[in-house]
Amino acid sequence: MTDTPIPNRRRFLIGAGGALVAAPALANSGASPGNPANQPPKVPEWSQFLGDGVAVRAYGKPSEHEAHVIRRDVQWLTASRESSVSFTPIHALDGSITPNGLCFERHHAGIAEVDPVDHRLMIHGLVDKPLIFTMEDLMRLPRVNVPYFCECAANSGMEWRGAQLNGAQFTHGMVHCVMYTGTPLRLLLEMAGLKPNAEWLLLEGADAAAMTRSVPMQKALDDVLIAWRMNGEMLRPENGYPVRAVIPGWEANMWVKWLRRIAVGDRPWYHREETSKYTDLMADGNARKFTFVMDAKSVITSPSPQAPINHAGGFTVLSGLAWSGRGRIAGVDVSLDGGRNWQHARLDGPVWDKALTRFYFEFDWDGRPLLLQSRATDETGYVQPTKDALRAVRGENSIYHQNGIQTWHVAPSGEVENVEVS
Amino acid sequence: MSRFRNLLPLVGLCVAAPALALDATMFDLSGIGREATAEEIAGWAIDILPDGTGAPEGRGTVAEGEDLFVMYCAVCHGDFGEGAGRWPQLAGGTGSLASHDPIKTVGSYWPYASILVDYINRSMPFGYAQSLTPDEVYAISAYILWLGDVVLDDDFELSHENVGRIEMPNAGGFFPDDRETAESHFWEAPCMSDCGAGAAQITMRAVVLDVTPEDDSPGARID
Repeated sequence: MTDTPIPNRRRFLIGAGGALVAAPALANSGASPGNPANQPPKVPEWSQFLGDGVAVRAYGKPSEHEAHVIRRDVQWLTASRESSVSFTPIHALDGSITPNGLCFERHHAGIAEVDPVDHRLMIHGLVDKPLIFTMEDLMRLPRVNVPYFCECAANSGMEWRGAQLNGAQFTHGMVHCVMYTGTPLRLLLEMAGLKPNAEWLLLEGADAAAMTRSVPMQKALDDVLIAWRMNGEMLRPENGYPVRAVIPGWEANMWVKWLRRIAVGDRPWYHREETSKYTDLMADGNARKFTFVMDAKSVITSPSPQAPINHAGGFTVLSGLAWSGRGRIAGVDVSLDGGRNWQHARLDGPVWDKALTRFYFEFDWDGRPLLLQSRATDETGYVQPTKDALRAVRGENSIYHQNGIQTWHVAPSGEVENVEVS
Repeated sequence: MSRFRNLLPLVGLCVAAPALALDATMFDLSGIGREATAEEIAGWAIDILPDGTGAPEGRGTVAEGEDLFVMYCAVCHGDFGEGAGRWPQLAGGTGSLASHDPIKTVGSYWPYASILVDYINRSMPFGYAQSLTPDEVYAISAYILWLGDVVLDDDFELSHENVGRIEMPNAGGFFPDDRETAESHFWEAPCMSDCGAGAAQITMRAVVLDVTPEDDSPGARID
């Protein structure tokens, strides 16, 4: 805990370890002065004495000084942590790949602790030969490596009626992007042999929710993966260890974790997760169903409420993420004046299909208030809409698929706030 | 050096291709995995379709369901499906879907009764899934349908025989994703300068609402 007194209303978040997460009150004051004994011309103790040897940290962790960069939840959002969501700290990350331990979580019955020796994947229904695979079997199959974003359909869903949560982690953190290793689902279906009337699949998890979703066959044969690795290592339990579905560009609820069963059928199942949930209620009381694809979206991750500007004007790097379920990001525009004037941002690093894309916009800040916005365009020509444009079509009650343009207000102090603008 | 450089474009192609290029005809994958037995499939394939296909044999009445519901379900959902705390409300909400505060319940929103039986059978009670007998699942489902005014007779019995024929009030309330037509204007080239009228004004601030986690204030629900 910092010694600096911070008024309660302005204090942002105190991390589990007591670390100050983001203190807008410190904005513009520059970095902490630190300990002069560690700074030139002095020699710090880490330059004098031996540190830990090799393999003391058999599985490495981030520096203790990064202990505030963690997944967080919003406890009033859900009734229990076993059926809830945690958010990726996107405000504190860069590049386009999410570290495994920081990928957002969404569970319906807690984390299933699956023993891979006992895990089975079953394929049955409208097939010539129903099959059952052990993990050893699956990992013998030919495999591919592809990075994809995975976004919960409810990401930003709390913001339909206006600015609510003050941090990019909370407004946009139900997204991550990792490199998956797995086998195309098409291979498994070809091994089982599809009957002519096979049109839909039901994917089912091995967790205590036995989570199910219906997936159209066309998508399954196109680019769906059955994946067991993320960023080279085996999936984390919270992300579906030992095997999950990867449904590129489509809502994360369909990416069934702890995947144990694939039923092949001739029509959708209309289970709870595709009727009661994950249908988009329109203003007239009717609801869209099977809204699978995630529309193009972007957000400025820095500056943002948890990542204020800590210097007094001058050269400033604005950074953010853009993605589209329909393909590659074609461009990102940035506005400093709440959407009146736009300039092209610079895409940096790989621009992969259906993956997070990093963008930057460098400018000289004159210290005056800013209304920051970003606007993604994908390779189909889809342009991320304003929240007002979305609400004009869908009303305010659809919960899911809120991809409207986000506005951050930057005060002269460097403090950043989630706002909506006219 | 020059030969190495000549190879680069080829390498680039190879990197991009495999995700879409792999299919089973390229490999002999026989001997990987084995045929699933009918018994193995029967143990796991518990899914139910809207017409009742796959429903386990069993039956239960509203009255039987009331006792079971109070025992297993009411702690979260309330004795009458009104919901306890932030746990899901199961009854009420009729006519609310087009209002400012829609209440999506089994009676007001769900399109098929099969969903209820399938979901309770696979996932409930929360924390002790797949512990109920089919008769108990049908009885609890019958009671929830009665709470939601989907059935009015308290002697009503739900079973594998009639679960696919229950008429749900909002069955016609869903339509397929039409974003590409209803939102075709999102594919138009965007304005780049002097967009909108006058300077942008702040119309809402998150700090005024003040629900960002640092306290226990209530706020929007996510489900």
